Amino acid sequence: MKYSLVAAGLLAGSTAFAETPVLTVYTYDSFVSDWGPGPAVEAAFEETCTCDLQFVGTGDGAALLSRLRLEGARTEADIVLGLDTSLTAAAADTGLFAPHSVAAEFDLPIAWNDPVFVPYDWGYFAFVYETGKLATPPQSLKALADSDISILIQDPRSSTPGLGLLLWVKAAYGKEAPAVWEALSDNIVTVTKGWSEAYGLFLEGEADMVLSYTTSPAYHLIAEEDDGKAAAPFDEGHYMQIEVAAKVASTDQPDLADAFLEFMVTDGFQSVIPTTNWMYPAVTPEGGLPDGFDTLIEPSASLLISAADAPSVRDVALGEWLEALSQ
Amino acid sequence: MLTLAPLAAVMWRAEAPGGLGPADWAAIRFSVWQALISAALSVALAIPVVRALARQSFAGRGLLVMLLGAPFILPVIVAIFGLLAVFGQNGLLRYVTDLIGLPPIRIYGLHGIVLANVFFNLPLATRLLLQGWQAIPSERFRLAASLGMDRAEIHRFLERPMLREAAPGALAIIFLVCTTSFAIALALGGGPRATTVELAIYQAFRFDFDLAKAALLAGVQFLITLIAALISFRFSVPAVLGAGLDRDLRRWDAQSGWPRALDAAAIAAAALFLLLPLTMVVLRGAPAIAGIGPDVWQAALRSLIVAVAAAGLTVGLALALSTASTASRLRPVRRGYEAAGYLGIAISPLVIGTGLYVMIFPFANPVGLALPVTVLVNAALALPFALRILLPAVQATERDFGRLADSLALTGITRLRWLLLPRLRRPLGFAAGLSAALSMGDLGVIALFADPRQATLPLEMYRLMAAYRTEDAAGAALLLLILSLALFWLFDRGGRINADA
Repeated sequence: MKYSLVAAGLLAGSTAFAETPVLTVYTYDSFVSDWGPGPAVEAAFEETCTCDLQFVGTGDGAALLSRLRLEGARTEADIVLGLDTSLTAAAADTGLFAPHSVAAEFDLPIAWNDPVFVPYDWGYFAFVYETGKLATPPQSLKALADSDISILIQDPRSSTPGLGLLLWVKAAYGKEAPAVWEALSDNIVTVTKGWSEAYGLFLEGEADMVLSYTTSPAYHLIAEEDDGKAAAPFDEGHYMQIEVAAKVASTDQPDLADAFLEFMVTDGFQSVIPTTNWMYPAVTPEGGLPDGFDTLIEPSASLLISAADAPSVRDVALGEWLEALSQ
Repeated sequence: MLTLAPLAAVMWRAEAPGGLGPADWAAIRFSVWQALISAALSVALAIPVVRALARQSFAGRGLLVMLLGAPFILPVIVAIFGLLAVFGQNGLLRYVTDLIGLPPIRIYGLHGIVLANVFFNLPLATRLLLQGWQAIPSERFRLAASLGMDRAEIHRFLERPMLREAAPGALAIIFLVCTTSFAIALALGGGPRATTVELAIYQAFRFDFDLAKAALLAGVQFLITLIAALISFRFSVPAVLGAGLDRDLRRWDAQSGWPRALDAAAIAAAALFLLLPLTMVVLRGAPAIAGIGPDVWQAALRSLIVAVAAAGLTVGLALALSTASTASRLRPVRRGYEAAGYLGIAISPLVIGTGLYVMIFPFANPVGLALPVTVLVNAALALPFALRILLPAVQATERDFGRLADSLALTGITRLRWLLLPRLRRPLGFAAGLSAALSMGDLGVIALFADPRQATLPLEMYRLMAAYRTEDAAGAALLLLILSLALFWLFDRGGRINADA
């Protein structure tokens, strides 16, 4: 009974909007939540477009791509927002995405010239610690591995940061990566399914450091006025995550989709990112970054395995990781 | 059907299947191994606790029995944080070991997984076995007392036959719960050594998008379930303890000093182990529960609706399967019905969810159907437990009163109304309560379908955690605990009104 009422409500809702074109954006869950960028972005874009922007949240970035692959060309998505460079090659191979026409001056640490995917934010992976508890944090992955500092990491098979660390070690150490993992194995308290579990365990004091982002301390500083968390800068440099969006080739709203991608690199979208997604905007907004972001560490080098190489490197690195940690 | 059709759908959508690699075999071995240890420990530890609960009566016993059941219905992540507050690096136990100068205990590893599994499943074992104990008619204990039997003889003639019937089923179902465990294995497993089949399925889906592999692994899980069910059938010996008149139970054998002290120790140990982590969940969440936002309340309401609907469906299905299974004269048919009910835990939620998605997508927008689908899948997941509870009760009722009912020509609805439902009130209430509470705490399939606007409470809690809002998440966890327990209490209590022995 209740469901039929809900269904009736949904039907009424969709007929009311039948006149305005609907742009459907598939993205990850946390983007759409009340604390994420979704609500502000939706309001800002709908002011400019006389359209109805609908976000559909599906798990995380990898779940997003799986969903699209399951649906294939019959998908209702016009835009997919939330893949990163470890997934873009696989995504492009599906043939489900169309080239973009965005020309913007990106403020990324690397040059960006992908014809299909448009970046909207980025960040560095890092180990986060409590300054009150860990007086001298390690200054490199190697130093961390040689120390007896305990860490929490995520499983690369089920988590984006977990995969990020896998590629980080590989990008920094190449063939020596297995040795680094073996040295790290006695530092690892546990490997969790996702970021939330690991970060939660860290906040409970289960380990000295947790794999997260260089921007994590900004959340505690800005939202909780707690300056007791910091990310440790590592000499090898830090691996980057660049989050991107693309137009779905089978979209029935190609012009609107192009307009959204254009809008995505303007202030209306970018100024929301730092304090909702807690990442760096791909194009720094006019007002600059919010207060507090200036306290974050700036890595000496940015590491990134090219999107084209990521799938093969990923498979090799996963094998090495399993081998090193299963002993 | 509900479980096999999605599996077939995933296979249909997949390309040519490959084989299982060494890593998959390692995952299978690990899954079975940790599940065996966990199931054996859960049941072994439950027996003294249940015996104590069954033969002692004290103030607050009913409340204690209910609270002891709570860990089983907690969402995994909530339970993990509760356990860590006791056994973790900054846990209560660490405080005690520091005080007496012992080295701190590391919870992570195989023993961590087993600890968590026992924490989850000791309550289930306790409740399932307690049901067995309560099914022994009080007249038998009366007779035993008048024959002057001592405790060893009571154990031999009454308790052991009952355990031979009830324990294999309890072992099987806990083994199955543990083989499909995923989040526990990862959070407390300490690394990729602790890879379960469920994680391997997750990897096949998410990392490799290899649907064939995922379907193949789901098939392996299915086989494990089948084998476990067959083995439990082989070892389960029906106890013939006869019918009773539902008189008040008195245990003359267990009122002297020694047994009372032992029973008290068993109950206290179980209460400490199960209730301390729960208390920590309450303490973590209490400061935040007042500030819970409207989104969380809406999610809670959605969860309640889903839970009640799923509980109704589960109990209806379980009752139908139990009566059909009991009514059949052919043993393989009886066992077939029973095995069908186990399938709900045999196939990973990820595979069921994806399969349903593939099935629904050509006809409708699956996201719009997220809540009905969740009800359906939650009902399938809770069915094995409801069946485990109802089936022995239906069998016993038919065995003890079936002939009388036949001679009175009670059939169909009349038989259901006048024989089965009155005799089954207590197990029905328990089954409904358990299904509702399980559905309340289940994250499973909703995560694949839901759009944030229709999140259930566990999903909302995860979202809060993912947005750094750990304290709000702890508040949501406490709300979830309270609502799950309340639902369980209401149904369970409903089944006991006028049926208290």
